[in-house]
Amino acid sequence: MSDLFSKFDPLIEQRETLLRTGVTDPFNLVMEAVESPTVAICNGKRTILLGTYNYMGMTFDPDVVGAGKKALDEFGSGTTGSRVLNGTYVGHRAVEQALKDFYAMDHAMVFSTGYQANLGIISTIAGKDDYIILDIDSHASIYDGCALGNAQIVPFRHNDIEALEKRLKRVPEGAGKLVVLEGVYSMMGDVAPLKEMVAISKANGAMVLVDEAHSMGFIGEHGRGVAEAQGIIDDVDFIIGTFSKSVGTVGGFCASNHPKFEILRLVCRPYVFTASLPPSVVATAATSIRKLMDSADKRAHLWENSKRLHAGLRQLGFTLGTDEPQSAIIAVIMPDLEKGAAMWEALLHEGLYVNLARPPATPAGMTLLRCSLCALHTEEQVGEILGMFAAAGRATGCIS
Amino acid sequence: MSDRSQTLTKTVDLIEPFNKKGVAVTEATRFAQDLEWDSLTVLDFVANVEDEFDVLISMNMQAEIETVGQLVDALEKLKA
Repeated sequence: MSDLFSKFDPLIEQRETLLRTGVTDPFNLVMEAVESPTVAICNGKRTILLGTYNYMGMTFDPDVVGAGKKALDEFGSGTTGSRVLNGTYVGHRAVEQALKDFYAMDHAMVFSTGYQANLGIISTIAGKDDYIILDIDSHASIYDGCALGNAQIVPFRHNDIEALEKRLKRVPEGAGKLVVLEGVYSMMGDVAPLKEMVAISKANGAMVLVDEAHSMGFIGEHGRGVAEAQGIIDDVDFIIGTFSKSVGTVGGFCASNHPKFEILRLVCRPYVFTASLPPSVVATAATSIRKLMDSADKRAHLWENSKRLHAGLRQLGFTLGTDEPQSAIIAVIMPDLEKGAAMWEALLHEGLYVNLARPPATPAGMTLLRCSLCALHTEEQVGEILGMFAAAGRATGCIS
Repeated sequence: MSDRSQTLTKTVDLIEPFNKKGVAVTEATRFAQDLEWDSLTVLDFVANVEDEFDVLISMNMQAEIETVGQLVDALEKLKA
């Protein structure tokens, strides 16, 4: 039967072929219990979590959980309303204040997810005749924001400074220009040359938006991200971030020093036409963000974990996404989807969860086993993880 | 040679390094179906075209361009 679903046939076929080999469905895992930010029970088996984006391990922090419970008791389970109507409680203001303090910026606007933050900000500030120049490897939420605003979209080769500059110079005179970059690119775990790119963007009269989803809390002296680490955060017009990674809950935001920023609350559709975050969520986020300001020791330990895992996987003979560790993400490049799925399953049998990433999410059609470390992974756990990679890699023939 | 046929000749030259299947390129050749280019090949090719003609071809424009002839028409408009 042919209907509107016929366009999905190739994908259905690919999935069926993969599952016929008997491999566990890598996109249908259920966690039956979660012991801590680094351990869960999957298929009845104790499993080390190495693919959660829970970089700073805040999900079980007693202060964070306590704040959520208190807000649940005092304010109820949800707001049932938009931020601009009945959906702004003191907690929403408090988390926006926490963000302003965290980034030392004048304004912060909280969305219900990180996806909506990109969707809302990009589509609202860049309209029909404006130009958005963006890295080709940008996250789906960035592309969707571009499409929603109907702006002219001009991609450039990943992290290529010269390609960005050439395109900026060719934008028609008088057109509005927005450059969209990410601090850490989540597939390969590599960092952008923000210092050079932001300078070039400013020199060519463009506004700059940087998505720091994968660097917040971890990279930079105060955990403000790659823009802070490279010393140019004051030149960035908009920082986009999420609560669903280092902060440890759900939600998204934009921080900015733009003097007219507050008007966005009235004109940004993905902010206006959706319900606000539940009071418990904003309470956990605010508490977590304030704790992240003073987490230098955890940041240092997370760097140690990242360096150790990167060096260990290299030594075992795996091909990695970056020559040196640049973030808390380490991507192991697999030869193809079948081998990747087999390796993913072998690791799960060993008691390790990583993300299996495949096109179109990945660049250049690659299949990746994406590992994201947590500041609460102990030294012993990182050792265990390397042992599991060695065993699974040999069992599947990925390494000799 | 007219401007348009010069643009066509240059465009065909730029296609050649990416013409892995050795397709005989005409104005009717389609990038996706006939040349079977993936998104990364398209990015590299578009970058070369942009550099050659000193223009910007946004993704919005690319979505409207299926064939070599359509690309040449778009370039003629952009250069004007």
